[in-house]
Amino acid sequence: MRKMISILVRNHPGVLSHVAGLFTRRAYNIESIAAGETENPAVTRITIVVSGDESILEQVTKQLRKLIDVIKVQDLNYSTSITRELVLLTLFASPERRQEIIHTANIFGAQVVDIAEKTVTVEFVGNPRQINTIIKALAGFKVKDIARTGLVALPMESQLELHRNVL
Amino acid sequence: MTTGKKTGADLVVQSLLEAGVEHVFGFPGGSVIPLYDALYDAPLIHILTRHEQGAAHAADGYARATGKVGVCIATSGPGATNLVTGLCNAYMDSVPIVALTGQVPVPMIGNDSFQEADIYGITIPITKYNYLVKDVNQLQGVIKEAFYIAQTGRPGPVLIDLPKDIQVAEVKSKKLGPITLPGYILPSKGHPRQIEAMLRALKNSRRPIVYAGGGVVCSGASAELREFIKKTRIPITTTLLGKGIYPENEDLALGMLGMHGTKYANLAVHESDLILALGVRFDDRVAGNVARFAPLAKIVHIDIDPAEIGKRMAVDIPIVGDVKSILAMVNQSVEHQPRKRWLDRVAQLKAEHPLTYNKKGELKPQHVIQTLSDMTQGGVTVVTDVGQHQMWAALYYRAAEPRRFLTSGGLGTMGYGFPAALGAQVGRPDDTVVLLTGDGSFQMCIQELATMRMFNLPVKIFIFNNGYLGMVRQWQEFFQAKRYSHTHLKYNPDFVKVAAGYDIPGFHVTDPRRVRAAIDKALSMDGPVLVDFRVAPEENVFPMIPSGGGQTDFYGEGDE
Repeated sequence: MRKMISILVRNHPGVLSHVAGLFTRRAYNIESIAAGETENPAVTRITIVVSGDESILEQVTKQLRKLIDVIKVQDLNYSTSITRELVLLTLFASPERRQEIIHTANIFGAQVVDIAEKTVTVEFVGNPRQINTIIKALAGFKVKDIARTGLVALPMESQLELHRNVL
Repeated sequence: MTTGKKTGADLVVQSLLEAGVEHVFGFPGGSVIPLYDALYDAPLIHILTRHEQGAAHAADGYARATGKVGVCIATSGPGATNLVTGLCNAYMDSVPIVALTGQVPVPMIGNDSFQEADIYGITIPITKYNYLVKDVNQLQGVIKEAFYIAQTGRPGPVLIDLPKDIQVAEVKSKKLGPITLPGYILPSKGHPRQIEAMLRALKNSRRPIVYAGGGVVCSGASAELREFIKKTRIPITTTLLGKGIYPENEDLALGMLGMHGTKYANLAVHESDLILALGVRFDDRVAGNVARFAPLAKIVHIDIDPAEIGKRMAVDIPIVGDVKSILAMVNQSVEHQPRKRWLDRVAQLKAEHPLTYNKKGELKPQHVIQTLSDMTQGGVTVVTDVGQHQMWAALYYRAAEPRRFLTSGGLGTMGYGFPAALGAQVGRPDDTVVLLTGDGSFQMCIQELATMRMFNLPVKIFIFNNGYLGMVRQWQEFFQAKRYSHTHLKYNPDFVKVAAGYDIPGFHVTDPRRVRAAIDKALSMDGPVLVDFRVAPEENVFPMIPSGGGQTDFYGEGDE
C-alpha cells in the first residue's frame, strides 16, 4: 500500500533531519518527500509518500505525530486531493528528431524549456500518473537526466464540500 | 536570580538552578571550558566521572532512583560521542535526562575542526528531542524547554549542543514566557468510553491478569496500581522495568514474565482471558511471538504514547493516557469479583512451577541474590548490569518498591550498572545501594571506581564472577553446540586488588555457607565495598523461552 501524508512542521534547520531520520530509524519506505514554506514562514509543509502494509502505515502517522516539531499530520486520500509533481527531462536528440520530441511534449501540454546542440529539455507538471505516462511516451529517446520534485498535495476542498453535503 | 549582563555559560548554570538541578555528572574538555568556569563556584554539585559514558549512565541512575531529571555534561567530539550509549539507553527505557555538550564555535562548524562531531545529527534517533544552539538569545528558552520535554509525557533524554562561542557570548537574562510547543500535546486522562469498555471487559472476565511495566513507574502510579489490585484481587506480572511497582512477595505477584520470566507468570498469561497491559510495550523479550501471546485473551492496553498501541500487538481496547489518572478513575468504580477458580489455578501454577536451581556444589548466583532478597526484604536499591546476573536478579530479588530496582532494559547495556548505581546513590544518599554486576559488565565501566572513592559513595558492589560472558555462553551452549567463541574471559584481574588500588575495601566469597555473613558484612560497612563472588562458571538462567517463542515454549531443564 501507498499513502500520502501531509505534515506541518516548525521551520528550523534540523527539522528535515528529524523527519527523515525517523524513516531511516524505523525502516519505513519513503517514496518521495517534498518540503517548502507555507503562508506562515515559521511553518513548513512536508508532503511524504510512503509505502508499506497497513500496520506500518498506521505506525508512520503515529510516529510522525510524536515528533516534537510536527504540528499537524494529515493523511491524504488520492480521490479527494490535488496532487502535483514537476519533472524536468533532458533527452538526447539530434536536430532531426527534435520535432518529434516537441510534438510529443505538445500533446501532453509539456513545455520545451531548453534546446541545445544534442539535447532537448522538457518541463511537465501533473499528477504522478500523468508524469509516468509522459516519461513512457518519451521512452524512445535516450534520457540524459531526469529531475522530479516529489509529490506535493493538498486536500481538494470542492470534493470535501461535496462529501460533507452528501453526508 | 541575578539579572543583567552575563555570559551564555552563566545563563546555562542559572537555567539549571531554575530547573531545580542539584547534581550534574560530567567530564570537562576544551569546548566546555567556559561552562566549567561558570560551574566552578555554582551552588550545585558536580560529580566528576572518569568517562563520559559513566556520566550519562550516572545521570540515568540518578533519574530513575529519584524521578527527577538527570543532567550530564561532556565536551565536543569524543566527549559527546561517549554519551551516545547512555543517551540511547535512556531513550529506550524512557528516562528523563538533559545532556549538555560542548561544540566548536559556530563559524567553525562543518570544517572538520578539532574535536568536532555532529552530535546533533548523531543523536536525532536516540533522543526525545535535541538542539544545536546558534543564537545565545535562544539559550534560556531552549534549556527551559529541554527540561519540560524530558520529563513530561513519555519521558526521555534531550540533548543541547552548545558551541563554545555561545558559551562566552554576552547575553541578558530575561523573564521567560510560557513554553509554546504547538505539536507537543500532553496525553489525556483516557477516553471515558474506552475506560467503560475496559470495566465491562473486566466484569465479563473470568481469568484476568495485569501485565504492568515501566510506564507505571514513570507515571508514579504504584499506589493506584496497588489499590487496584487490592480491590480486584487480580494476579499481576511485571516487566523487568516494572519490578517493584507491586510488592513481589505478595501472593498475587507473579514476578517477571517473558523470555526469562517465571513459568507461572508466562503460563498465567497464556491461560488468561483478559490482559490488562499497563505502561508496557509488548517488546520481544516479553512477547517473543505476538501471534501466540495470550491467545485466549482480550487485550486492554493503557499507554501514554499512542504509537505504542498496536505497534507490535493488536489490541482490543486501547486507552491512550496517563496510567495514574486512569487507574485512579477506575478505582472509583471497579468492583471486586471473587474468581476463586482462577486464583486457585494461579496458586496451583505457582506451586507446580516454583523457581528452583540446583543448590549443590559450587557457589550459585541465585543463592546470593535470594539471600540478599530475604535479608533486606526487597528494601534496598538494587542496580544491575546486563547478562545472566541481571536475569537472576530479576527472578530472585523480590523488589518491594518502585524506583528500587534499576536496570538497563531496552538497550541491554553492559557497563550501565556501576555508574548508574553511583548516580542512584548520589540522588538517594540515605539508601543502601547494591550493585549486582558480572565480571564482564563491571569491566566496561570499571574506571568509575575513582568516582566512587572521590565522592565516597557507599555503593555495595557484588560481582558475580564466573569468568565468562555468561549469557552469550549460555546461548552458545544451547544453540551453537558449546562452541564458546570468545566468551571465556580467561584473564580477569583480581577485582579485590583492583578495588584496593582505589582504596576501596573488598573481599572474595567462594564458600556457599559464607554468603549470609558476607552480605551482612558488606551491608553493615559504612563506605563503599566490593565483594567478588566466585560463582559456578557454567550455571544457566532458567526458565528460558528461546527468541521468537510463545509463552509456553520453555527450553531445557527449566525450573522443575
